[in-house]
Amino acid sequence: MAHYQLRCRECGRTWDNQPLSICDECFSPLEVTYDYDALRASVLQGAFSRETISQRPPNMWRYAELLPLPQGFEPRLPVGFTPLFQAPHLAGRLGAQPRNLYIKNDAVCLPTLSFKDRVVAVALSQAREFGFDTVSCSSTGNLANAVAAQAAREGLKAWIFIPADLEPAKILGTNVFGAKVVRIAGNYDQVNRLCSQIADEHRWGFVNVNLRPYYAEGSKTVGFEIAEQLGWRLPDNVVCPMAGGSLIVKIKKAFDELIKLGLVEAKEVKFFGAQATGCSPISTAIKTGSAEIEPQKPATIARSLAIGNPADGHYAIKTIKGSGGWSEDVSDPEVIDSIRLLAETEGIFTETAGGVTVGTAAKLFRQDRILSEETTVLCVTGNGLKTTDALAGVYQTEQPIAPKLAEFENYLQQTLDLDDVPKIVAAAEAERVGAA
Amino acid sequence: MAIKVQIPSALRRHTAGVGSITCTASNLEQLFSVLDEKFPDLKPHLRDDKGQIRRFLNIYVNEEDIRFLGGKEYAFQENDEVLLVPSIAGG
Repeated sequence: MAHYQLRCRECGRTWDNQPLSICDECFSPLEVTYDYDALRASVLQGAFSRETISQRPPNMWRYAELLPLPQGFEPRLPVGFTPLFQAPHLAGRLGAQPRNLYIKNDAVCLPTLSFKDRVVAVALSQAREFGFDTVSCSSTGNLANAVAAQAAREGLKAWIFIPADLEPAKILGTNVFGAKVVRIAGNYDQVNRLCSQIADEHRWGFVNVNLRPYYAEGSKTVGFEIAEQLGWRLPDNVVCPMAGGSLIVKIKKAFDELIKLGLVEAKEVKFFGAQATGCSPISTAIKTGSAEIEPQKPATIARSLAIGNPADGHYAIKTIKGSGGWSEDVSDPEVIDSIRLLAETEGIFTETAGGVTVGTAAKLFRQDRILSEETTVLCVTGNGLKTTDALAGVYQTEQPIAPKLAEFENYLQQTLDLDDVPKIVAAAEAERVGAA
Repeated sequence: MAIKVQIPSALRRHTAGVGSITCTASNLEQLFSVLDEKFPDLKPHLRDDKGQIRRFLNIYVNEEDIRFLGGKEYAFQENDEVLLVPSIAGG
């Protein structure tokens, strides 16, 4: 008997584990709930304590007890446990204290360089259990990559549905794993609606439709890792990008579960949501004081966040408001500036969603909604190498020079501030003399 | 106006397995009245205690979210195809 089951988030009705995401009583989404009494006993007995967790391999499976995994599940991929590190130079630019600003860097999550690897890892464990031989998803790109790669690894067939205008790198990064990619002439919300209809007709494991309750639990591992990597304590603030709105809700759930089990001390963490202005249904609701989402037609370069009708928007609003946090959005030029800022200050090349997060964080510091002395974690959820087209035209391709020292000296004279050149040459000369 | 309405599988146990109907309605309110009459078991699942359309129920007309067409104010056109779709999302 599994230690988890499905429960309707609104009416509370429960179900045994099965590929089901919608309550047929009230149409509300289902989520996974656990036997927390048994888990608490497990913590007390030491079987799931801080010490035992810290001795496990460095991947998301170290929190297996708080994930809906089939009995006897043996992970085949070391997904997750991405770096959390201080970002002192970025902190200086945002107005934070150097030791208080952290980046949770899922730009290097394995196997496909985004946090979506986490959710897919959990969803596919259940796909196998439920007997699916084909897995599928609607995707803005990162999920497509993650499903295609992990399906290949698991020997499952994959059908991936994407908006036709997706970044080429994300399409290629799906094709390469042998997945069937279906381009839809429409935006993500239209792809999503189509997939809900397809899921009604075909017995496929749609990770974000009929497997969604299990899939979404994978996002919690971002929260577990943040807490453990901070030394089993919670931050003051989390800034999180929002598309469907699930991640921010699940990080909150992760923190609540750790508190419930006594693995961290209770603390009120403020949650801040980040969106692109061109697709900002959740931040608009927060800023206008609405409890409900007004859908939007996305128009932003942040395509991974371009969901105009976010299914978890309602819960994201509740999470943010209930925590005392806020939500902001940034324009496309701000997204590009923020991608460059993070790269130039901390050496992290994030995709457009990461630019949204950093740009939003900058706004929140300026608004004094986040204070410099507070511990703040920025969630970077994807890798910049997938969205290089967003930076097209930002950098000029330079004319090559001949492989001659004189050519280079000439280039140097033309390139650098002329005042600097003598100093540089003098310093190089001094170094050469010193070395001799 | 004669319109066609698609009912998702999640709700078909309240419609004796019926997956689509053709009916006459000129706006959303009339459509819900038709559905209430035709499938009395379905009624409480489409609207909450206050009579509001349930938060997680999306309604599409010819592939467009009805909220972009004027929502409750939208006047159905002859042969419109209406989809009832539960909320889902990914990315």
